[in-house]
Amino acid sequence: MGAAPASRDVTSYGMGLAAPLALFFLLFFVAPLLQLFWLSLHNDTAGLHWGLGQYLHFLTDPFSLGVLGSTLLLGAEVTAVCLVLGFPIAWLYQRVGPKLQTIIILIVLLPLLTSVVVRTFAWIVILGRQGIINAALQSLGIIDTPLKLLYTQFGVVIALAQVQMPLMTLPLITALGRIDSNLDDASCSLGAGSWRTFFRIVLPLSLPGVIAGCTLTYAAAITAFITQSLVGGGQMLFMPMYLYQQASTLQNWPFAAAISIIFLLAVLAVVSVFTTLGRLSRGHGGA
Amino acid sequence: MADAPSGRSLVVDAVTHRYPSGSLAVEDINLDIKGGEIIALLGPSGCGKTTLLRIIAGFIAQTQGRIIIGDDIVDMLPPNRRSVGIVFQNYALFPHLSISENVAYGLAARGIDKATRQREAQRLLDLVQLPAMAERLPRQLSGGQQQRVALARALAIKPSILLLDEPFAALDKNLRLDMQIEVKRLQRVSGITTLIVTHDQEEALSMADRVAVLSHGNLEQFGTPSDVYDRPQTLFVNTFVGSTNRMPGVVVSADRTAAKIRLDAGTEIIARPVGGALSEGGRVTVCIRPEHLQFVGDETGFAGVVGMSLPLGATVVHEVTTADGSGVKVSQARIGETRALENGAAVRLAPLAPSLANAFPATL
Repeated sequence: MGAAPASRDVTSYGMGLAAPLALFFLLFFVAPLLQLFWLSLHNDTAGLHWGLGQYLHFLTDPFSLGVLGSTLLLGAEVTAVCLVLGFPIAWLYQRVGPKLQTIIILIVLLPLLTSVVVRTFAWIVILGRQGIINAALQSLGIIDTPLKLLYTQFGVVIALAQVQMPLMTLPLITALGRIDSNLDDASCSLGAGSWRTFFRIVLPLSLPGVIAGCTLTYAAAITAFITQSLVGGGQMLFMPMYLYQQASTLQNWPFAAAISIIFLLAVLAVVSVFTTLGRLSRGHGGA
Repeated sequence: MADAPSGRSLVVDAVTHRYPSGSLAVEDINLDIKGGEIIALLGPSGCGKTTLLRIIAGFIAQTQGRIIIGDDIVDMLPPNRRSVGIVFQNYALFPHLSISENVAYGLAARGIDKATRQREAQRLLDLVQLPAMAERLPRQLSGGQQQRVALARALAIKPSILLLDEPFAALDKNLRLDMQIEVKRLQRVSGITTLIVTHDQEEALSMADRVAVLSHGNLEQFGTPSDVYDRPQTLFVNTFVGSTNRMPGVVVSADRTAAKIRLDAGTEIIARPVGGALSEGGRVTVCIRPEHLQFVGDETGFAGVVGMSLPLGATVVHEVTTADGSGVKVSQARIGETRALENGAAVRLAPLAPSLANAFPATL
């Protein structure tokens, strides 16, 4: 991803050393992908007629396009929540003592120490009709009837944001750590207040971390099959589940393959937008 | 820069700073700096000079004491309202902003319009002799050029005080001399009160009007370069500023202006007592600079054997081992053909004048 520094070392190791991994990728990544593509070019489930029918079907079907749109939107919402909540944590991390740093890192990494399934079920318990939030609000007399939190977009975004938070926070911590702390002092001594320092110095310089974090969070959020389907429930359909239904339930493999390819391209497009934005913001004045 | 406010005074009034751990960073520092002066804060690393600089800039709140700039006590002001310009050791240029944006940064923070900012940035870049660099990024400049930009950026806000933190440490020797001259020239032009933190004694002596020598958080001496070099008030100042030979001895007789010392190296010399009268029979350390020792032909002075001779360009340094086994350095100006002193030659040494030997009470 991110633009390579101009002075990247060109090592003189033989390319042969990359062969084992290349072979692995070829066998288990490139080959299945090609097979998927080949599959998607069939108009019927039996695989007898070639054509772009599956793609045409997807792209002319409002329902399918709706699923794609809501999935991409979900990714954007989760990424935004992670960025807004994760940045202050990363910022705090760079300004506290080593003891607090350990605690912050522990809190950030904690979600990774439990299985996604367990964490997702925990969210069901928290967000449910008789869950912790509703019970608390009701006993405080703030609401009379339980709020619908589970099986809503809000619930899915919150649950996903918690699950994906480390993917945002860790790159941000790294990026903020690379910023020379003298720059803060320099900005301040030149008369800038903390907001100006943040928007003119800290934020632009942490952009590589922001972009890395957003890319990771986004990609992870839109493909999070388990969390999406358990917290989202039956009413909300996102691309991974749509794909699963077509492939597994309806046995419509060519259409499932076409969905996969379209989804892949859509994600690649979003990721390259992130990367381009990053390059534009850093490259002003020539890199 | 005729309209620049000519330097305001800076008073460091009984400033003490204690780290949260309880240890003292600086203790009871008093400096009375006149407007337009260049002051060097000189000391080894860890002596508290950078802490003092950060206190003056407002990045650290001192435990006790006051900082007064001009007529204002600035202790309650945050750094961005103190009008103090800082040049950091690593320059701390904003890597993502162009040179002219860097220089104009402080002006933008003051809400000055873009056209004025650009004009002012260009004027300052002309001043530091980098007229054609405005559109470049910091990383495209050499170390010396980056430093000029850092200087221009600090001067752009027309600060009351200019603070330079080890500004020349990262430059190679020739460039360092150029930049020292440059900074001094800019300081003369702008008349701004300037404080340079340095561990380099030559830099302190050559650039500053007055030098404050710090050691372990204490102010050892605050005086002109010649005060500090020729009339050091403490043993630390004598050994840290310039090089010196430390020769242990015992006081034979002493009054306020002169003391007769019997050196362990085996002779009696007259030295200047420093830091009050010396008591007879007390142990002292006599400091004589290598360039204040001479070879003598008669029986005065003390005996020694020449070890190594190091030709250092303009001077030659001889290492002489004295009778008590300690080494003494003698520096001679190289005038005309050098007289070769053979390894192992027996010589006698004496200070050029009694006032050039300083006797300090020996510390335990």
